[in-house]
Amino acid sequence: METLNAQKPTKNNNIAMKITGAEAIIHCLLAEGVDLIYGYPGGAIMPVYDELYKFQDKLTHILTRHEQGATHAAQGYARVSGRVGVAMATSGPGATNLVTGLADAQIDSTPMVCITGQVPRHLLGSDAFQETDIVGISTPVTKWNYQITKASEIPEIMAKAFYIAKSGRPGPVLVDITKNAQFDELDFTYEKCTKVRSYNPVPKPDLESIKAAAELINNAKKPYIVWGQGVILGKAEEELKALIEKAGIPAAWTIMGESAIPTSHPLNVGMVGMHGNYGPNVLTNECDLLLAIGMRFDDRVTGSLDTYAKQANVVHFEIDPAEINKNVKADVAVLGNAKDTLAALLPFVKENSHDAWHKEFDKKYEEEFKTVIENDIHPTKPGLTMGEVIEEINIAAKNKAVIVTDVGQHQMIACRYAKFEQSKSNITSGGLGTMGFALPAAIGAKQGAPEREVVAIIGDGGYQMTIQELGVIFQHQIPVKIVVLNNDHLGMVRQWQELFFDKRYASTVMVNPDFVKIAEGYHIEAKSVSKREDLKSAVEEMISSDKPYFLEVKVEKEDNVFPMIPSGASVSDIRLK
Amino acid sequence: MENQWFTISVYSENNVGLLNRISGIFLKRHINIESLNVSKSEIEQVSKFTIVVFTTEDWTRKIVGQIEKQIEVIKAFYHTDDETIYQESALFKIASALLFDERQIQNIIKESNSQIVTVSRDFFVLAKTGRRHEIDEMHDALEPFGILQFVRSGRITVTKEAMPITQLLEESIK
Repeated sequence: METLNAQKPTKNNNIAMKITGAEAIIHCLLAEGVDLIYGYPGGAIMPVYDELYKFQDKLTHILTRHEQGATHAAQGYARVSGRVGVAMATSGPGATNLVTGLADAQIDSTPMVCITGQVPRHLLGSDAFQETDIVGISTPVTKWNYQITKASEIPEIMAKAFYIAKSGRPGPVLVDITKNAQFDELDFTYEKCTKVRSYNPVPKPDLESIKAAAELINNAKKPYIVWGQGVILGKAEEELKALIEKAGIPAAWTIMGESAIPTSHPLNVGMVGMHGNYGPNVLTNECDLLLAIGMRFDDRVTGSLDTYAKQANVVHFEIDPAEINKNVKADVAVLGNAKDTLAALLPFVKENSHDAWHKEFDKKYEEEFKTVIENDIHPTKPGLTMGEVIEEINIAAKNKAVIVTDVGQHQMIACRYAKFEQSKSNITSGGLGTMGFALPAAIGAKQGAPEREVVAIIGDGGYQMTIQELGVIFQHQIPVKIVVLNNDHLGMVRQWQELFFDKRYASTVMVNPDFVKIAEGYHIEAKSVSKREDLKSAVEEMISSDKPYFLEVKVEKEDNVFPMIPSGASVSDIRLK
Repeated sequence: MENQWFTISVYSENNVGLLNRISGIFLKRHINIESLNVSKSEIEQVSKFTIVVFTTEDWTRKIVGQIEKQIEVIKAFYHTDDETIYQESALFKIASALLFDERQIQNIIKESNSQIVTVSRDFFVLAKTGRRHEIDEMHDALEPFGILQFVRSGRITVTKEAMPITQLLEESIK
């Protein structure tokens, strides 16, 4: 265990100081390097808020307008910065409002620590006011959780919480603290946690499996890489790029892995999955070697497993042993952090270029470009498309923005067409598909990377799920750019209704308010455009602003996102129209 | 793949909440826990869950992967019946009068290798340890005479092969 010589409250290294549990929580956060947390106060967490008041010069608390917003903001912060996001709430409804964010962080492996207040220990189990069993409720959606009932437990548990949240495959941790533990005193010393005996966060890479992977790579005629967020979480971007370039392997990404390699890289062939690019999907079933790196074969990526890459040898680079053979059987499994395993692999890989194979991706791209992409980003029809809005943002922000998306059509279009030069730039709710994610996540992203342009792209449906977080943007003047692509529908569900439910548009039509007025109500500069000739200047004006800015773009109401792998179909059966 | 019996052994820290975490893994996949036993293990401060399932090996392997992933789980294994020595225990509460009225009961007690735990004026209690089918057979034999109460424990298991838990723990503490 590494002992931190906290300057406060220990007066010297040996003498612990008596402080309250509430104050101890603040010192734990400071010792973990936390300077920003998101949350919402309430009865059972008030002692901690009282300490936050005293420590506001060291620790900024952002009052979100709903606890769910606090979790998504913490997630946005974590995803863009690589640090642990922290959210805090009171007991009962405060705690249950964290659940969606916890589930989102769990499925997307986001390091987050949530702290909840709890009724005093003597009232536990008595159905006290605002008592809820948040440890029970959050168990399936946390990497770890714990209820502290004694002040003396606080330093050890908080240290463990941060260690577990950020180590190995990251994830959310919830620490529930009874009110008596916040009031009671303890002798405070803090030791950072560096080991939990029952927990092995990063399996040791095995040289034999690395050599076996290299041999498959060296003998493959049509090798193909699909990478995921594991590359970003493992900080393995450079190692992946080196592998791709040395072995000449075309590489595609899942939406969680997007931006790890620049969009412009010649061997970056695009997006896999339900609305991914044509070539990367179809050619999955034509490659002879599939290298899956830091990805987990989600059903939205694979389509039908019965027909997924059956012809190929599969090598799975993965930090989490439970992912091996979970969905797709691996011929070789390489366990470990992608940064270490790819670095170890590289010397065994022979230089190569698979030009003919790469040209097959080019051919498929041309086909997709003619049928889909051209009409999406350079449309000739009257209505505005989501694709052309993204393209204008690329141009105005010079491909440098962090793009934060919500869930639905706009998300798929943004992931398809946004261009990136830097890693950790595509922040989206991938696994859980949480509508309402983007607006608060964009707040966190901007605070986690203040020097970067952050553009939230949101549909009119998801926007209204967490619209109240405009209050945070206004109060703290957080200069995020908000683009609502308004088609007056829940577009993705409407698309499915059109294609698979005989156009029975059940509850997908939205009568929307005046979004500009709402933004202006929060004193946020706002504009709405509905004509092509106004789009470019509006996007430029938004990007050049150094303040929060809201832009509504009224897009074609009944556009569909293509290509598309119908649910349960094979990647080979992806439809271009 | 065909369904078969598997015994999952989980070595873990003794923490409140872990049972909830583990049972959730089965719940999520609609796999019934046929038997569950939690006790201390051969290692001090380490608990052992013994869980019996009837499912495919593929599912069992995936479940064990998910269990092992839990922070407080040290190691999880699965074994087929052939690979383990396993037992269950059962208690039968029977009216004392039957002991004298029904000669056959005494034969059942002898043949089943069960023990009389206690005898009172109104009832006596039989304990039987053995395989599931042996307990079932004894139950079926006694049932026609009337069983006042019956209870059977979860399966407890030791493996034929060595379990390198102590070694794994020492490595992880290093």
